[in-house]
Amino acid sequence: MATPLRQSTMLSVNNSATPQSASSDKSQSPQTQTLSQPTPGLRVPSNRKTIYDRHLNRSRNAELSRASFAFLFGEMITYAQRRVTGIQDLEKRLNEQGYPLGLRLLDLLFYRTTSTSSSALSSSSTSSSPPNRPLRILTLLHLIHGPLWRLLFGRSADALEHSVSPDTPNEYMITDNDPLVNTYISVPREMSMLNCAAFVAGIIEGVCDGCGFETKVSAHNQPSEMWPSRTVFLVRFGESVMEREKVLERAGVK
Amino acid sequence: MSYYFTILSPTDVPLFNIAFGTSKGGGDGIARFRFPDTAQYMNQFIIHSSLDILEEAQWTNGGMYLKHIDTYPPAAAYITAFLTPSGARFLLLHQPPQLPASSSGTGSGLGSSSLLGTAGSTTRASSSSVAANPTSPQTEEAVRQFMNEVYESYVKTAMSPFYKQGMEIRSPVFRTRVTAAGKKWL
Repeated sequence: MATPLRQSTMLSVNNSATPQSASSDKSQSPQTQTLSQPTPGLRVPSNRKTIYDRHLNRSRNAELSRASFAFLFGEMITYAQRRVTGIQDLEKRLNEQGYPLGLRLLDLLFYRTTSTSSSALSSSSTSSSPPNRPLRILTLLHLIHGPLWRLLFGRSADALEHSVSPDTPNEYMITDNDPLVNTYISVPREMSMLNCAAFVAGIIEGVCDGCGFETKVSAHNQPSEMWPSRTVFLVRFGESVMEREKVLERAGVK
Repeated sequence: MSYYFTILSPTDVPLFNIAFGTSKGGGDGIARFRFPDTAQYMNQFIIHSSLDILEEAQWTNGGMYLKHIDTYPPAAAYITAFLTPSGARFLLLHQPPQLPASSSGTGSGLGSSSLLGTAGSTTRASSSSVAANPTSPQTEEAVRQFMNEVYESYVKTAMSPFYKQGMEIRSPVFRTRVTAAGKKWL
């Protein structure tokens, strides 16, 4: 996840002064502008590096501590659990927390594949073709199943299926045998329906929505003997998407 | 050559816009459109009217850079589009400097004479530049480079936790970055 980047983007925090006061001990009051920036209200970090000066690929191969992620995610769940009325409500909140992340990851993913396509090797992907915006459902799902999963969890998802029922042609399933987000989470018995990977479902929803595919994504427990925490992400595309899909199929767009 | 660049959110909210002129071939980087200064809304009008075409092109071409998508002949305005994967639209309107002979009577004829005078004087300077021919492959390549550079800055903006999708981009640093990209490529 893009956490290292986020730490570097503290430039517009209003005067909380904690990050600044540590570094700028020369000036007495951290509130006054330490820099000669003509624009009022713009606070530039003391090393003069704004987010625009940092390279987006810097943290590309950086790894994030799993312990700190587990801690943060635990806090997120606790936060989401306040004032909720039920499990569905809690899952909805987790979903909403993931959604903006999905939109951002989409841009980051494409940026990283374009900027490194000349030297596309190492960790990029099996589908190292020049990146195109996904126009069809299948290309979108492959994008999520492959590159997005690798960006987030360092491996591809385990399965991608289409609903076999003729009543629900708009349903697709992405399976993760052992979701990283649920590794350190044990759900109480009375909440056995809850799956905290609803957060990941939110990310998927953000990605689909960003690409212009109206979707509802939910996470479901489907334990098997081998994989007790196996999770299925059910992706349900909206009516408009299915209609467009038919038109695009007739037009031969891939 | 004058440019008007705008970023629109997926829900058609204008996030950012800037007008600038060419810096190639001795251009001074100041926009000189064919409309009088009081009618600069014409740029927005023309650029937004190309959205319909963009939304059609969006589903037939999977690339991010959609090249030249629309022309508005009365004002000789050429519109080039770039789509980010998350649905933001970058639109660039370019208007070549008016040749003294080709002043068409419609729309642009409203341009005040003083404005046309200044535009005419820069014609010779920039006629040899890449930008003088808005549909040539060189121009498309230059615009691609420009768009990619803006895209990089845009991604950096979007990654900020204080930025939500659909918010206006107010950062002066972003503006400087776009201006620099314009100076470099256009």
